[in-house]
Amino acid sequence: MTPQTEEAPKTSLFHRLSAELEIDTRMLAMIGALIIIWVVLTVLTNGIFFTARNLYNLAVQTSVVGIMATGMVLVIVARHIDLSVGSLMGFTGMVIAYLQVHVFTLGAAWNWPLTVLCGLALGAVVGLWQGWWVAYRGVPAFVVTLGGLLIFRGGAYLVTDGRTVAPMDKTYQLLGGGINGSIGATWSWVFGLACILLMILGTFRSRARRKKYGFKPKARWAELVMLLIGVGLVCGFVMVMNSYYKPRTEIPRGIPIPVLILIGVVVIMTLLTKVTKFGRYVFAIGGNPEAAELSGINVPRVTMFIFMVMGILCGVAAVITTARLNAGANSMGTMAELNVIAAAVIGGTSLAGGVGTITGAILGAVIMQSLESGMVLMGVTSAMRQVVIGLVLVLAVWFDVMYNKNKR
Amino acid sequence: MSTQVPLVEMRNIHKRFGGVHAVQGVSIDLMPGEVVGVLGHNGAGKTVLMKSLSGAIPCDEGDILINGQKVDIKRPRDSRHHGIETIYQTLALSDNLDAPANLFLGREIMTGYGTLDDGAMENEARKVIQRLNPNFTNIKDPVRNMSGGQRQSVAIARAIYFNAKILIMDEPTAALGPHETAMVAELIKQLKSEGIGIFLISHDLHDVFDLADRVSVIKNGKLVGTQQTSQVTKDEVLGMIILGKNPGESKAA
Repeated sequence: MTPQTEEAPKTSLFHRLSAELEIDTRMLAMIGALIIIWVVLTVLTNGIFFTARNLYNLAVQTSVVGIMATGMVLVIVARHIDLSVGSLMGFTGMVIAYLQVHVFTLGAAWNWPLTVLCGLALGAVVGLWQGWWVAYRGVPAFVVTLGGLLIFRGGAYLVTDGRTVAPMDKTYQLLGGGINGSIGATWSWVFGLACILLMILGTFRSRARRKKYGFKPKARWAELVMLLIGVGLVCGFVMVMNSYYKPRTEIPRGIPIPVLILIGVVVIMTLLTKVTKFGRYVFAIGGNPEAAELSGINVPRVTMFIFMVMGILCGVAAVITTARLNAGANSMGTMAELNVIAAAVIGGTSLAGGVGTITGAILGAVIMQSLESGMVLMGVTSAMRQVVIGLVLVLAVWFDVMYNKNKR
Repeated sequence: MSTQVPLVEMRNIHKRFGGVHAVQGVSIDLMPGEVVGVLGHNGAGKTVLMKSLSGAIPCDEGDILINGQKVDIKRPRDSRHHGIETIYQTLALSDNLDAPANLFLGREIMTGYGTLDDGAMENEARKVIQRLNPNFTNIKDPVRNMSGGQRQSVAIARAIYFNAKILIMDEPTAALGPHETAMVAELIKQLKSEGIGIFLISHDLHDVFDLADRVSVIKNGKLVGTQQTSQVTKDEVLGMIILGKNPGESKAA
């Protein structure tokens, strides 16, 4: 590796660009892949893919997998795996629906917030329980969560003996991003502008911080390019979401609430990984578990909390799913674990541990969901879709292996 | 020296792994500002003995006294709490993290908001690493991408940054070239003058003989003896390592 101070003369434009912009080459490649996939799908579907309506649905569909994928990043970074997320999501979803419809007073204002809290708490407890087996009883995560996959799928059935629970609370349904589950044009723009403001503020703050310690600042043009891309993305996103109307009206929908939840989760999880001790320890454990132990890190406790975070996120995903379905069904989240793991891995989380980003996982989820949705639009059979998604997963991991080899 | 309280005293340490009795009743001590070489063949039990002091492998029996006080070391955290720092032979670095993150692992500098202060950590890391190795500038790279000498610098920087009173160095120069080895020797002398006690573990007598004040030789899990380096020749120490023969039993600890 070349020292940061002197630029290596014969690196390619691609590498120079990624170095100046301070984006990982892998991330840049992933964005490139996403753009190519979108262009190809748009052409193949005669433009249907790139309509406001489809992108709106794509965004909502991505939220559930994306939220769980951010947790899966932590799990995989720490060299574990969680196969139970789909089942856990189904189980917590069933409990939420059951509590909301059959236990608490339906229609009461406190009903839905309380059920949401119960769902998140249940996810946390189950996560802790699984994490305890992994961390303190030394059962490999693969086995614990494989057991969990069966236990909680069965549990989801047992909550109501397989009956579907419906309908859900009216306000609660908004969390699923249905017809009224978005924030409208004005608030979407307010939200967009707030994001842009935060980005500008962040750029200045990072510059000031680098100056304080006399580190090499990012090039002005690079900062500007990043800002412009960010502003463009935010504006584009808001405009697309605003150009999808409610049925038989001209009222723009705006940003769907599940997507807002996803954005909130991404922000929290990114902060968790970047600026907290917990996040630092997760990566340290993934890089070298013995070294982490010798550095005085309480490895079992951190491991247990990783699974707790994963459980809470399953609860969040369960809330969105039940709200979207307007029901609790025991088959919710079947096979979701594979989509979640695939999203994290396609997003650059290394199965060898120690490497992975939250934003990467979201990109991975968007890529997965784009392929899925594009193929649905093209009329590809569900069997064929599975074949393609499976191949993409293998290719993504192969790319990861090649990437790591070339870096040496 | 005899009136002074030893910085570290390990008494009658035992460690068994299943049927293997790896350390059998070894007692050694360390004075402030003293370098004690712990010598022995590979597999003699010297690393296990030192790991019972660093907390990586707690001992089964025996007492550890720091400044005359009996202490209980069960985990690496405990030993750090008593001012013991260890440079492991494997270096114990997280390959995916950069040098500052490794240096401060488990003891991060936090901002007023309770978040990691990466700027401050990088700044401090630069200072301490520059002192050890002036050519080492790419400290923000993942440790995986660094040379053996750079990795060693990170491990050493981590051990000395937190004002250790007792330093355990397990084969500290094994991965280093002659120039860097000389630098480590220089560093050991400097730390010694600051009153830090150092256990220097090695299987190679020549690495430690000139640096150490005393050498303790371990063979097959038992202490052969402890000698002042000024009172013995290299050949005599070699005899202790290979044959387990202790010259001048009277001087043994």
